[in-house]
Amino acid sequence: MKKTAKSNLAIKLVSLVSTFAIIQLLIYLDIINDYLQATLATICINIILAVSLNLITGFTGQFSLGHAGFMSIGAYTCALITLRNPTIPGFILGVLSGAVAAALVGAIVGLPTLRLRGDYLAIATLGMSEIIRIVFLNLDEITNGAAGLQDIPQFTNWMWLFIYTTGTVLIISNFIKSSHGRACISIREDEIAAEAMGISSTKYKVTAFTIGAFFAGIAGALYASTFNFIDPKIFGFSKSIDVLVIVVLGGLGSISGSIIAAVLLGIITTYLQAFANIQMILYSVLLIIIMIFRPQGLMGSKEISLSVFSKLGDSLKSKKGRV
Amino acid sequence: MPILSVKKLTKSFGGLMAVSNVNMEINKGELVGLIGPNGAGKTTVFNLLTGIYEPSSGTVTFDSNGVKKDIQGLKPHAISKIGLARTFQNIRLFKDLTVIDNVRIAMHQNVKYGLISSFLHLPSYSREEALLTEKSLELLKILKLGHKKDELAKNLPYGEQRHLEIARALATKPALLLLDEPAAGMNPAETSQLTELISWIRKEFDLTILLIEHDMSLVMKICERIYVLDYGTVIAEGTPEEIKNNKRVIEAYLGEDLNNAGD
Ligand SMILES: Nc1ncnc2c1ncn2[C@@H]1O[C@H](COP(=O)(O)OP(=O)(O)OP(=O)(O)O)[C@@H](O)[C@H]1O
Ligand SMILES: [Mg+2]
Repeated sequence: MKKTAKSNLAIKLVSLVSTFAIIQLLIYLDIINDYLQATLATICINIILAVSLNLITGFTGQFSLGHAGFMSIGAYTCALITLRNPTIPGFILGVLSGAVAAALVGAIVGLPTLRLRGDYLAIATLGMSEIIRIVFLNLDEITNGAAGLQDIPQFTNWMWLFIYTTGTVLIISNFIKSSHGRACISIREDEIAAEAMGISSTKYKVTAFTIGAFFAGIAGALYASTFNFIDPKIFGFSKSIDVLVIVVLGGLGSISGSIIAAVLLGIITTYLQAFANIQMILYSVLLIIIMIFRPQGLMGSKEISLSVFSKLGDSLKSKKGRV
Repeated sequence: MPILSVKKLTKSFGGLMAVSNVNMEINKGELVGLIGPNGAGKTTVFNLLTGIYEPSSGTVTFDSNGVKKDIQGLKPHAISKIGLARTFQNIRLFKDLTVIDNVRIAMHQNVKYGLISSFLHLPSYSREEALLTEKSLELLKILKLGHKKDELAKNLPYGEQRHLEIARALATKPALLLLDEPAAGMNPAETSQLTELISWIRKEFDLTILLIEHDMSLVMKICERIYVLDYGTVIAEGTPEEIKNNKRVIEAYLGEDLNNAGD
């Protein structure tokens, strides 16, 4: 047992490092040009958003439409900090402050709203997100209102994206594999039974919501620092829907699903740019087709793990053997 | 020494008095039965005791290690922490989770590592998780589910699901265990095995047990005292012998012969 755990860890490390190195090389060789680098950043930001929303909606079972709101808090906080302090420490401080600010708002908003269920919770979180947007719109002196913040110092590069994205994925998947994570999952499974077994449903809903908001804040901060410009419009209702689409498409309750869906959609939208005028139609048709043929999402609630690969290997071997 | 005293417990749903003026006293270590015809209000009593419903009026006092505490109106998770656990008549397992995860979740209230450790899988995580897994397996083995630990709960046969309900309740380390029709859907052989299992876990875990059951063979065999509920009120209380010969009980169970039960 111990040995396989160790070798699994080694395989994971090797694949992480090589992913980093290969992409870094492709950037160096300009095969991933500036345009594709923007796609790469979008994919990483969307992975962070989707995995963190999946914790709230897929694992804890709380239907939230407020992710864009948390993202905007991270974005504005980081932008304002790096505009005043355009250094690497300033950037790191900006990202972390953005995350903490989003988490705080998540905890404060979560306490009253998470009493609601299903559609009502979705509407309440949507309302919260809109309030945050309107606050940013009207705080002219600080946020420059509808015109938005320009010339935000750009610190995000592949290294930072990689660090924050893998960090998010590791922390959230570790959490889910812990007793606290199982407490969240039990609420999704059967809230009454969970309570009767000593799980405080309020506590764990707010916990999941706060952690989710924290990472959405990181995603927003990375967004601001990648694209140099933010305004309140970017963080509207449709942004929350975009994230939800990735989560549902990948599979509610599957971290690997969220990652795969974020990568696929990132690549697809990049190549659909060529058909700019019918892009949204193609995109929507694609979603409808996938949902018809695979309503549980690409991965369902399953995860890709090394054991899946070894099983796959075994079945391929046995097939070969038969031929 | 009563571990649980219920005074004038009442619950109405709109106009319907599901439970009215119920008084009950359960002593430490006792095994007490709660019987009554369908719709008598038995499950509602359990829901009131465990905080799933709030009583319309009345008090529930629970003695946890010598400290008396009124628990009516507390949230279910708080009541669970005080030491009251239950199973559900209409089986409410975490269906899509594994058998062992069902038990591990019920052990969560005693887990000592914090959020940071869960994010980073620090040594305290590995240590506690190993312990948790070991204890869960022990419980599963006691309920003869050890070999099914990695199955999804929903794939277990009915009788084993009822066993898992008991394992999960035990995992919360209760002082008082409430069993809602543990033998429902079991055949006579399974029921008699369950009867023995219940007596055995009572001794092994030093439990007080209150159980609802329609199967009179089980009730008459292991209960030391019985409360009979009809239309939400207690119509009789006493030893199995007394209950079998009680006129009001016989009327309530019109047509059923309690005297032949338990043989
Ligand atoms: N949530 C509720 N809302 C309205 N009525 C309810 C509710 N729960 C229970 N009742 C009613 O209260 C009465 C008692 O129900 P309860 O489930 O406690 O009976 P029971 O004694 O457990 O019956 P059984 O032996 O069939 O399980 C029934 O008439 C039932 O319809
Ligand atoms: Mg009942």
